[in-house]
Amino acid sequence: MSGVLLWVVIPYVCLAFFVLGHVWRYRYDKFGWTTRSSQLYESRLLRWGSPLFHFGILAVFFGHVMGLGIPESWTSAVGISEELYHVMAVTIGAVAGFCTLVGLTLLIYRRRTVGPVFSATTRMDKVMYLFLALVILLGVWNTVAGSVLNLNGEYDYRTGVSEWFRGIFLFQPKPELMVDAPFGFQAHAMVAMLLFALWPFTRLVHVLSVPVFYLWRPYVVYRTRSDRAGNRAARPGWSPSDDRVRR
Amino acid sequence: MRIMAQMSMVMNLDKCIGCHTCSVTCKQAWTNRAGTEYVWFNNVETRPGQGYPRTYQDQERWQGGWTLNKRGRLKLKAGGRLKNLATIFVSPKMPSLDDYYEPWTYDYETLTTAPLQEHTPVARPRSLISGEPMQIGWSANWDDDLGGSAATAVSDPILARVSTKIKLEFEQTFMFYLPRICEHCLNPSCAASCPSGAIYKRAEDGIVLVDQDQCKGWRKCVTGCPYKKVYFNHRTGKAEKCTFCFPRIEVGLPTVCSETCVGRLRYLGLVLYDADKVLAAASVTDEHDLLEAQRGVFCDPHDPAVVREAERAGIPRDWIEAAQRSPIWSLISTYKVALPLHPEYRTMPMVWYIPPLSPVVDAVAETGEDAEGKGNLFAAIDQLRIPVEYLAELFTAGDTVPVTGVLKKLAAMRSYMRDISMGRDADPSIPAAVGMSEQDMLDMYRLLAIAKYDERYVIPAAHAEAAHGLEEIATECSLDYEGGPGMGGSGPFGEGSGSNTPLAVENFLALKDRQTADEVTPTGGQGGRVNLLNWDGKGSPPPGLFPERKDPS
Repeated sequence: MSGVLLWVVIPYVCLAFFVLGHVWRYRYDKFGWTTRSSQLYESRLLRWGSPLFHFGILAVFFGHVMGLGIPESWTSAVGISEELYHVMAVTIGAVAGFCTLVGLTLLIYRRRTVGPVFSATTRMDKVMYLFLALVILLGVWNTVAGSVLNLNGEYDYRTGVSEWFRGIFLFQPKPELMVDAPFGFQAHAMVAMLLFALWPFTRLVHVLSVPVFYLWRPYVVYRTRSDRAGNRAARPGWSPSDDRVRR
Repeated sequence: MRIMAQMSMVMNLDKCIGCHTCSVTCKQAWTNRAGTEYVWFNNVETRPGQGYPRTYQDQERWQGGWTLNKRGRLKLKAGGRLKNLATIFVSPKMPSLDDYYEPWTYDYETLTTAPLQEHTPVARPRSLISGEPMQIGWSANWDDDLGGSAATAVSDPILARVSTKIKLEFEQTFMFYLPRICEHCLNPSCAASCPSGAIYKRAEDGIVLVDQDQCKGWRKCVTGCPYKKVYFNHRTGKAEKCTFCFPRIEVGLPTVCSETCVGRLRYLGLVLYDADKVLAAASVTDEHDLLEAQRGVFCDPHDPAVVREAERAGIPRDWIEAAQRSPIWSLISTYKVALPLHPEYRTMPMVWYIPPLSPVVDAVAETGEDAEGKGNLFAAIDQLRIPVEYLAELFTAGDTVPVTGVLKKLAAMRSYMRDISMGRDADPSIPAAVGMSEQDMLDMYRLLAIAKYDERYVIPAAHAEAAHGLEEIATECSLDYEGGPGMGGSGPFGEGSGSNTPLAVENFLALKDRQTADEVTPTGGQGGRVNLLNWDGKGSPPPGLFPERKDPS
């Protein structure tokens, strides 16, 4: 029963928060929808921390798309063996996770120690950092402890966590798969879900504004007020045409 | 041919006395807020000098503007679209606060709270960024009037290009002021750099603006603008820039900087241009051809073919008439005395400058010769290489010929008009020497020396009487309503977040409150601030304005 609550109800609630929260935030707070960059205050640490973190987390994201989104049968169908897949996933995942972690550490250190950056940090930022750091730590731990050190014995998340994850989106929830998963994976998934629920209410909204359209749009953007043009109130014929000029 | 109208400005540098009134009124109007303490949409630099932010003209360092790639096509100097996106996580060429300056206030409280002591208490400077005590070391005009320039002016990127041997002599040679606002370019590289597409050029009047809702704070525009006239509001996380005071322009009023200019050196007006020619003009190979190329983009508003095309493009009749009376068109294309600032950035800037003749006049006067005699001035322009070369680096990508031409016209005007005002016969050979007719010379003199308010500022009102809506933006920061995020508090997601109460609504409510209340509404601001503007003298004064009244009993 608690399995249904933890791995069916909470996921859908978090998903609803994520989607509706973004809709609400977009309508309520377009002006606050920004990266809140603090580069103006400090750029020496940011120069290293930010790209490390962001490129790392991008690699991690695509890794998750592969691992959670693509069923094992598909990869074996194109001839990628189980071992090859795992070697690839673990090495790339570990490197990306390590970069992310180092970047995040640098960024949090910077945020705490550089005065102006710290004073520009909101309470929501701190909560967000807590969840983000926890998710990443647990993820790295799962990769290192689970797959490299083999502390918990063999666990193939591609037939466990991944199927549960896809089940959520296919409306065929399989909570038993998560109940059987090792604690590390359970914790990682749970904290991640909570982070997604928090997402729309933090600065993380900037992720949804990835400006990919920049690659296609014309360089110079023109906007017109023509929808309002021409509706100037008609002036009486006897008023001088230049009545706005001050004399 | 695709005719568009551009609201633009010309500044006559001979008249600038460096009083900074434009900067101060602009700051009061637009950037007198938390997050924009260091921001000056309008600033006045002493040249030679480093400028604001420091050495912004050194594009090898800051990578602003456009350049030509190997195939001769225009590309952003900081890198193309892919590189721009790849460097989005940390902007590699963004000036830091040190390059602008760290804004500060003074600890005035110690003046009143200090205990009795032998020495007068001192209000020490405190950083507006960190709140810590700080040592003031730089500002937006630290090297004003060449102050301290023996140490700092050697870093002037323009001086570095002109000549190495003059560096030690320039202080005796010349000095002038350069007021700068956003150039509202025809080919804006800030807009081209913006990943979100938040910076746009208004199709009606060409004013370049930042959509505050669409801006996501990627900071690419700061790098993209070679004039460094897009600023990052560090509190709201959004880019802000000079708006050309569009709410005023829309109702036919000049910008705040123009309105308050003591020297009356600013001219405002429309220029009609052919939008189809802009790209080709910005891509000409030789930098020295950029000036002529840009002039070639402008269309003669008196040409019936241009008028026909303009009407076809939907430009209203009164706008075309305003373009015909435009002082900008006269100064740029008829008299050809105005020059663009740094055409080599290839952004097609639209704030142009009449270069100053004063350094030359001063130099002649120092020799004891007649400083307004045509012969002396002409000879001096040819001989005084340093000012001319320096001006050429600013206005013509280093080509001294156009600058010499302008200075000679200005010199000729002085000599010619002196004869007239001294009651002597006008000498027609003087205008002829610079290729002008006597009537042209008189007209130019009128425009440069006498032009009244409505001749300097020819601004057709916008064809949308949206005054009601414009008021929201025009008169005050829309976040500054009672209890709103602009009033020092912050929204749920940090500074400036949350929806805003429109000014008109706020005014309406406040007025209604005053009219219907039993007694006069107390006007004390929150947080101990007293807003005298809201106090009409009726009822009790705002708390804190006067000392507590003693009990009469």
